[in-house]
Amino acid sequence: MRSEREFPSAGGAGAGQGVGARLPRKEDDRLMRGRGQFVADIRLAGLQDVAFVRSPLAHALIRGIHVPERFRGSVFTAADLAGVNPIRAVSGLPGFKISEQPVLATGKVRQVGELVAMCLAPTRAEAEDIAAAVMLDLEELPAVHDMRRAREPGSALVHEHWGDNVFLETNFEVDISGALDAPIKVSREISTARQCMSPLEGRGVVATFDHRLDQLTLYSSAQMPHITRSGLAECLGMEQGRIRIVSPDVGGGFGHKGILLPEEVCLSWLTMRRGHPVRWTEDRREHLIASSNCREHHYRITVYADRDGRLRGIDCEATVDSGAYSSYPFSACLEAAQVASILPGPYLMPAYRCRTFSVATNKCPILPYRGVARTGVCFALELMLDLVAAEAGLEPGEVRLRNLVQPEQMPFDNITNKHFDSGDYPEAMRRALAAIDVEGVRERQRKGEADGRRIGVGVSIYCEQAAHGTSVYSGWGIPMVPGHEQASARLTPDGGLELRVGVHSHGQGMETTLAQVAHEMLGVDVAKVRIILGDTAMTPYSTGTWGSRSMVMAGGAVATACRELGERARRIGAKLLQHDPAAVVLQNGEVRGVNGSVTLKEIAHTWYRRPQDLPADVDPGGLEVTAGYKPQRDTGTFSYAAHAAIVAVDPDLGEVEILDYVIVEDGGVLVNPMVVDGQIYGGLAQGIGTALYEEMPFDAAGQPLATTLADYLLPGPTEVPTPRLDHMETPSPYTQFGVKGIGEGGAIAPPAAIANAVNDALRPLGVELMQSPITPYRVVEAVLAARDAERPAA
Amino acid sequence: MKPAPFGYECPRDLQAALAVLGEAKASAKIIAGGQSLGPMLNLRLVEPQLIVDISGLAELKQVERRGDELVLGACVTHADIEDGRIPDVTRGAMQRVAGNIAYRAVRNRGTVGGSLSHADPAADWVSALSALGARLTLRSLSGARMVTMEDFIVGALESALRDGEMVETIHVPAMPASAHWGYAKSCRKTGEFAHAIGAILIDPSAATARVVIGAIESAPIVITSAAELFGGRIAGDYKGRFDARVADVLLAKAGVSNAAHRHIHVNVLKRAVSEAAA
Repeated sequence: MRSEREFPSAGGAGAGQGVGARLPRKEDDRLMRGRGQFVADIRLAGLQDVAFVRSPLAHALIRGIHVPERFRGSVFTAADLAGVNPIRAVSGLPGFKISEQPVLATGKVRQVGELVAMCLAPTRAEAEDIAAAVMLDLEELPAVHDMRRAREPGSALVHEHWGDNVFLETNFEVDISGALDAPIKVSREISTARQCMSPLEGRGVVATFDHRLDQLTLYSSAQMPHITRSGLAECLGMEQGRIRIVSPDVGGGFGHKGILLPEEVCLSWLTMRRGHPVRWTEDRREHLIASSNCREHHYRITVYADRDGRLRGIDCEATVDSGAYSSYPFSACLEAAQVASILPGPYLMPAYRCRTFSVATNKCPILPYRGVARTGVCFALELMLDLVAAEAGLEPGEVRLRNLVQPEQMPFDNITNKHFDSGDYPEAMRRALAAIDVEGVRERQRKGEADGRRIGVGVSIYCEQAAHGTSVYSGWGIPMVPGHEQASARLTPDGGLELRVGVHSHGQGMETTLAQVAHEMLGVDVAKVRIILGDTAMTPYSTGTWGSRSMVMAGGAVATACRELGERARRIGAKLLQHDPAAVVLQNGEVRGVNGSVTLKEIAHTWYRRPQDLPADVDPGGLEVTAGYKPQRDTGTFSYAAHAAIVAVDPDLGEVEILDYVIVEDGGVLVNPMVVDGQIYGGLAQGIGTALYEEMPFDAAGQPLATTLADYLLPGPTEVPTPRLDHMETPSPYTQFGVKGIGEGGAIAPPAAIANAVNDALRPLGVELMQSPITPYRVVEAVLAARDAERPAA
Repeated sequence: MKPAPFGYECPRDLQAALAVLGEAKASAKIIAGGQSLGPMLNLRLVEPQLIVDISGLAELKQVERRGDELVLGACVTHADIEDGRIPDVTRGAMQRVAGNIAYRAVRNRGTVGGSLSHADPAADWVSALSALGARLTLRSLSGARMVTMEDFIVGALESALRDGEMVETIHVPAMPASAHWGYAKSCRKTGEFAHAIGAILIDPSAATARVVIGAIESAPIVITSAAELFGGRIAGDYKGRFDARVADVLLAKAGVSNAAHRHIHVNVLKRAVSEAAA
């Protein structure tokens, strides 16, 4: 659907590197040879390591912190951090209750793993020895470990002065009364487990102070360095100019690296206090226990439909376990409140009601993880649609086709006023149904399996709003609202191109894809384009990389800056060619006129080295441009995909094997389809984790139970099948090149598709699983329960 | 996740190792492949004052066939067995078990003796060698003693090893040509510890069987008088006679109170029986 004519022509014959090219990633040469530089690779003279004393209890009063005499001077507590402000992430939504997260605990601890004291030593092992010697005198309080019980009167309170445990309640309704007499009414409770985001690289911080610049430099494995700087400055009471955040190579973010960490504040304070660099590297145990979780949702949901499967309305009460504190900058309410606005997804319905609760518990904060609330929402709604299909006697795919927004309705405002920019959702679903061969599965199910397993097929579809702009985020009233995105482009004296962007790349391949955008605009060889990111001193302000925004926003900004740069070069080139500027064009890295051509390299040489040859009216800004960009509409791009899975379930052992997996994806115009494929594979792996493996359970005392990777299971290569991908390409009418954000989608739909397939396989046994992950134990438990239910009472 | 400080000794031979262990005044731990002890040290789940490294001891890597049994040194690795570098007296049974232990990286370093000494109920050798009827030689400065697998594994992470004592050799009886072997396990994912193991060595012609239900939260259930599991007699039709209810009762008696867990264990054992009969 993409038309080459819509694109600038500067790429010309070099278009093999421009938008749409399947270019190998430039950064992989460094990363795959072990030459990446991550925070833990940084070596600074005089560097010392920090280990933290963390709370062993979920909820307790701190009666005392006893530091052995020999370690005095190496241990720091809240009492030492006078003048350091707690982390406050406030939402402007009415009724939001504010939590203050002290960077080192004061008075009481509210989660296992909360920082209580900071221990400094020449090595991490010695720092851990000190931490082990510090004794905490804690008076245990009843823990708030269950988000639903937390709302009941009489519950223990995480923040006493609130009077309850609810960060925020929201209500949304488009008159539900007309749906109540629908002939099909299905009600269920559905839940998704708490998860850990588990990037390959954990968080890490190196802090040092530069007296010449009078500047704190914080190296941090962070995906939003400019936001980290603002938050850090607020906590430390410092001018933002006195802080530089450098985020070097980052081994996966997924949201975990979006928040301001108390550790970042602590180490910043410590290096200024001690006068030497300090380091903290998150280990896997800290990641699992202490830092942040995601995904814990509960839905009480009723779906109303007509006999033909058409939706009449949805009524839902959703609860999200937000943990003890509101994290900076996304706040404790983003996840739950988002549920209300995105639950209807790409479906048509005349009535809708949703009430949400963001609940405080004695667990670590919940953060938006790849897909944010969409994974839970998709799970809840798509499981319910399969039940509607069963009630209506229809194939699940057919129920979707009867309710999806139609292409001729685009652009489309759905029942929660989400503005869908473009797309053909039914076509994606039809292609997925055809590719997975539902009829073939039904035939196979009739025959049965020789090995006694049962097979099932499941589908799911979602929309992924990406690159949310000012109009979307200003309403949240949180510490961060994206505005115009900026990029700087500079031709170097030898004709190379430097691009500076404030977003970050932690697996997305932006050193390649942004270079492709620049190539598309200027024709500069991708190999000669350097992308500079991850450093507040070197890049324009940006809210950073989150919400699948970088290619839309930074890509648009790079294109805008390159366009302006190209225009300036063209005017210089016209002078060198002794042409009227109107008679020359920039094409394939050259300015061309009827007399001949001059390369960007020659133009750059003239600007920097032979200014005497420049036209008198040359733009004095030269060959360096900072330009800003916003899409024509900033309500976000809507990419989407239909997923379809075939599974085999062993009802005796509870094991689930994915036999086939199909994804039909539409992310608008793809800058680099190979990078997009990689994003989808990675997202699928995480989605399979949500569906079948990943779970951080807590006991009634608020203790996290999966404290090592032997207990917290992540899918590995043998658990992730190679999906069959099919791409559609409906450009966004609002963005540069028609691109859409696609970073998260792979992780959204798999739990729903896989759960639907498992339920399809086990439905003849009377089994229904409404909870993720679907573990062998849960399958067997459900099979036995169904068997008991069938047996006549004795 | 860094270990607490510990002393480290790397003795040159077995006698020296036993001497270090026997004379140690402090708490000591033996390290061989380190695949369990390494993480436990890092997590500070154990904080020994002394680590005695036996991974270089040639005596513990020897393998020989003595009459009707194979004698394996404790430091033989899972990969040694997987790759067929040791004589096969079990008609491939041990090789197949070895090849499915954890991941190749673990198999390269992990040792049979180390795995048994750690006595994790979910470890493959704990169940497989119990079913194969293996015995162990345990040696200390004061001499050697021989114990059966059943006597060696006392409980979860509990063995019969005394202070100053180590596993020296593992004695695996040669499998008769008339015997059938079945081994099955269920793991959440490839390479993870099993949450259910079933193992069976059955000889219908001799009407004998050793049956093991493993990966429970205590020592594996080792059934040496197994006729009851097969309707009262062990014969060629044992597969059809397998009585899941008997296995279920054994599990309940062993303290497995959850019906779904018992169901999984019983069905894994059933798979092992089917494999033996195939």
